[in-house]
Amino acid sequence: MEFLLSNLVNPALDWGLKVLDAPAVRAVIFGTSIGGHIFVDVLLLLVIIYLLSQKSYKPPKRPLTENEIDELCDEWVPEPLIPPITEEITHETPVLESAAGPHAIINGKEVVNFASANYLGLIGHEKLLDSCTSALEKYGVGSCGPRGFYGTIDVHLDCEARIAKFLGTPDSILYSYGLSTMFSAIPAFCKKGDIVVVDEGVHWGIQNGLQLSKGTIVNFKHNDMNSLQNTLERITAENKRAKKLRRYIVVEAIYQNSGQIAPLDEIVRLKEKYRFRVLLDESNSFGVLGRSGRGLTEYCGVPVEKIDIVTAAMGHALATEGGFCTGSARVIDHQRLSSSGYVFSASLPPYLASAAITAIDVLEENPGLLTKLKANVALLLKELSVVPGLLIASSPESPIVYLRLERSTGSMKDDQHLLEDIAARVLNEDSLLVVVSKRSKLDKCHLPVGIKFFVSAAHTESDLMKAADSLKRAASLVLKGC
Amino acid sequence: MITIPYLTALSTYFSYGLLFAFGQFRDFFRKIFDWWRSSDLQGYAPICLGLEDFYTRRLYLRIQDCFGRPISSAPDAWFDVVERYSNDNNKTLKRTSNINRCLNLGSYNYLGFAAADEYCTPRVIETLKKFSPSTCSSRVDGGTTTLHNELEESVAAFVGKPAAIVFGMGYVTNSAILPVLIGKGGLVISDSLNHNSIVSGARGSRATIKVFQHNTPSHLEKVLREQIAEGQPRTHRPWKKIIVVVEGIYSMEGELCKLPEIVAVCKKYKAYIYLDEAHSVGAVGKTGRGVCELLGVDTADVDVMMGTFTKSFGSCGGYIAGSKELIQYLKYTCPAHLYATSISPPAAQQILSAIKVILGEDGSNRGAQKLARIRENSNFFRSELQKMGFEVLGDNDSPVMPIMLYNPAKIPAFSRECLKHNVAVVTVAFPATPLLLARARICISASHTKEDLLKALEVISSVGDLVGIKYFPAEPNKLQKEEGMIKED
Repeated sequence: MEFLLSNLVNPALDWGLKVLDAPAVRAVIFGTSIGGHIFVDVLLLLVIIYLLSQKSYKPPKRPLTENEIDELCDEWVPEPLIPPITEEITHETPVLESAAGPHAIINGKEVVNFASANYLGLIGHEKLLDSCTSALEKYGVGSCGPRGFYGTIDVHLDCEARIAKFLGTPDSILYSYGLSTMFSAIPAFCKKGDIVVVDEGVHWGIQNGLQLSKGTIVNFKHNDMNSLQNTLERITAENKRAKKLRRYIVVEAIYQNSGQIAPLDEIVRLKEKYRFRVLLDESNSFGVLGRSGRGLTEYCGVPVEKIDIVTAAMGHALATEGGFCTGSARVIDHQRLSSSGYVFSASLPPYLASAAITAIDVLEENPGLLTKLKANVALLLKELSVVPGLLIASSPESPIVYLRLERSTGSMKDDQHLLEDIAARVLNEDSLLVVVSKRSKLDKCHLPVGIKFFVSAAHTESDLMKAADSLKRAASLVLKGC
Repeated sequence: MITIPYLTALSTYFSYGLLFAFGQFRDFFRKIFDWWRSSDLQGYAPICLGLEDFYTRRLYLRIQDCFGRPISSAPDAWFDVVERYSNDNNKTLKRTSNINRCLNLGSYNYLGFAAADEYCTPRVIETLKKFSPSTCSSRVDGGTTTLHNELEESVAAFVGKPAAIVFGMGYVTNSAILPVLIGKGGLVISDSLNHNSIVSGARGSRATIKVFQHNTPSHLEKVLREQIAEGQPRTHRPWKKIIVVVEGIYSMEGELCKLPEIVAVCKKYKAYIYLDEAHSVGAVGKTGRGVCELLGVDTADVDVMMGTFTKSFGSCGGYIAGSKELIQYLKYTCPAHLYATSISPPAAQQILSAIKVILGEDGSNRGAQKLARIRENSNFFRSELQKMGFEVLGDNDSPVMPIMLYNPAKIPAFSRECLKHNVAVVTVAFPATPLLLARARICISASHTKEDLLKALEVISSVGDLVGIKYFPAEPNKLQKEEGMIKED
């Protein structure tokens, strides 16, 4: 065996040596002698080039045949369009048989209405009705077009000018629905990569706007300025590029989800320190806070120019519909072509714009409405200060009086059932309509649910006393066991 | 499909190139001046970055007088357009007290309910007095009145579905409903020319979005087969559900949806179908019930029917109609129902009354007359425009008819010249259409009389000659050529 092997190997070695000894190998080209190893190197190089030029191995592709696709299509079973209906889903809502004023009619019975954000009591106000009537006669109901395409009616321009004049801003822009204001305005200014620092308790319209904007979203603790400062500090320290990005702080003036008032002076201080822009939603504070109802900026003594973008829904204090955004001329003009809810939607019905103008006029003429509202809020808060099992979660001057459970059951659903039970009792037994906060499954707000009273300047003292009494009674009955 | 001639495409590209170059040139000097003044806020990134508002500043502002013209009357067949002037090269426009009475070819006033109506207006004012302009509350809290429930029943019966839910704005209807119906792991297949509200709804839902070629059922089928076979990206799990979203009449094309074919495809592949009838409900079909009625599709085959009240009904808001369970579920979880102010009661009454007029429940046959007139008017106007040699898009029976302009300079030329002759037309450019496909859009109304239409045709024809947008030869020798063009589609 060994012999056979050496017999084979030796001639091969001999041959190899002979080849290396060959004259061609020892040739000298351009002054360098080509040693045997260079010959081998070249050979190796050629082999490598040959291998590289070959196609890499890929498993053969076998696309699905038509029959296989047919099979897959047949096998595919989609989920139903909606989940099965449970009892909870078929929840009935109260139906009003009259205007939603401080006193409304439900099931033929008069109830005291704390469910409408009719803060100034303008629902049913004669001047508003008159201006609506004349606008309806002149302009019809709808505007039949988006603002760009003959949907701009002179009252829209007048209304925009009136709002800007009232707030002392250069310009403003009208939206045809309160909810769409924020979720159109945010994506107009915030694109992928921009940084948005936002309160965790903001309402769904803002959440949706942020999601559509695709910006980098960072939450801070609800109405907690330390948390805001830490967040701003962290972002500016961490991100060296932050200086080149647009940075925003998004807050609500009075949070719909908690009734808390944002400390704007502190926010403005932080914003200037870290150089962020502020987007402020004044939906529940416009026409409510401040000496003359100009909102949170007036309440906190912050010049309105310091807030870059202010939005508000007009379906609250102004008792009409739609929304507006106000700020510098640059901010407003940019929205007129880049804000999708403005460009691609029919404009606000003219009678609602004219109602808004009149509502601001009424507010300016009657500062007494604001003092009345303040007194009403104070009275209700005083009466509600001791309700068994419930705590006041809202700020003292907020017209949304928000009560949450003293001891949560641990699940938002159960909390909600308890509160709904209380609300149903006060409606059926004492004819008092209050609101229990509801959360859509799309809503990412995790603040505790609660009972909301929307206080109005039109509520009388006896309304408020009665409301407090009946709530106390119902709460002690329902929450006895808790 | 629009086939743009090579020469036109070339000249259009050239025009935009020129505008872009000039814009850049101006921006360059602007930068120098700004640097000189250095008034910018220190430490803040500019609120509009780079080229974000380039289009607005350098292109749109030059012709902004053609858009957003204010009016000072109801948007009826004739309306008052307020004159504006500018002292700073069109950057800002100021209103004057002068008005021009113009023929309105721009508003979506399909059935003529925009102006005061003998049946609707008194009822609307009565409702205003009873219910006030707003409820200041969302539907679930205290914003549901008897009127709202009546409206929902009436709308459901009108469109032919068991139940309906209404919202105060059409845009919100789309953008707040889609996220409720579908989420992660779902697939939305959307027509390539769907309205922005659908796009924003689909984006807000976090579902995967695929697009099929505009109004092409065969391509829809191809996309569906591919997607079902492949499943979700990366994980390849099967899709949870698929929703196909189409519109009844495409507002920028004037085209009717090929609904019967699309419904057949969706049924075959078990996809749900979402039909947006913003422009078609009330305007087409024998009794105004929309494309389903016009094209003979059973409404039971359409899972979600959406529409708006801004157009035919002369009001505001939108609706979703579907099965009882669907509506119940939406009422439980849709954010627009839970958080947004309910639709204004007078607007709700306008819709209710308009539906009654359309159905003849007001005791007259005005509704039927209106429906007959809009069909007659639309078909007459479209055929006349085609005879003149304009490139008109869209299908018969559709009250929307775009006339192609292409070149950017023709947009303001057409719009301003028509306005000079007291005809108000809408011109549409980017971002509402692709950059190359600028067009003028005419919306016909039932309130236009024959004389109105003849006047409009005369003006449009002479302006068309002036501006040079008759891309086809006029009637006598054009018949055969036109047939050729249609076949190319």
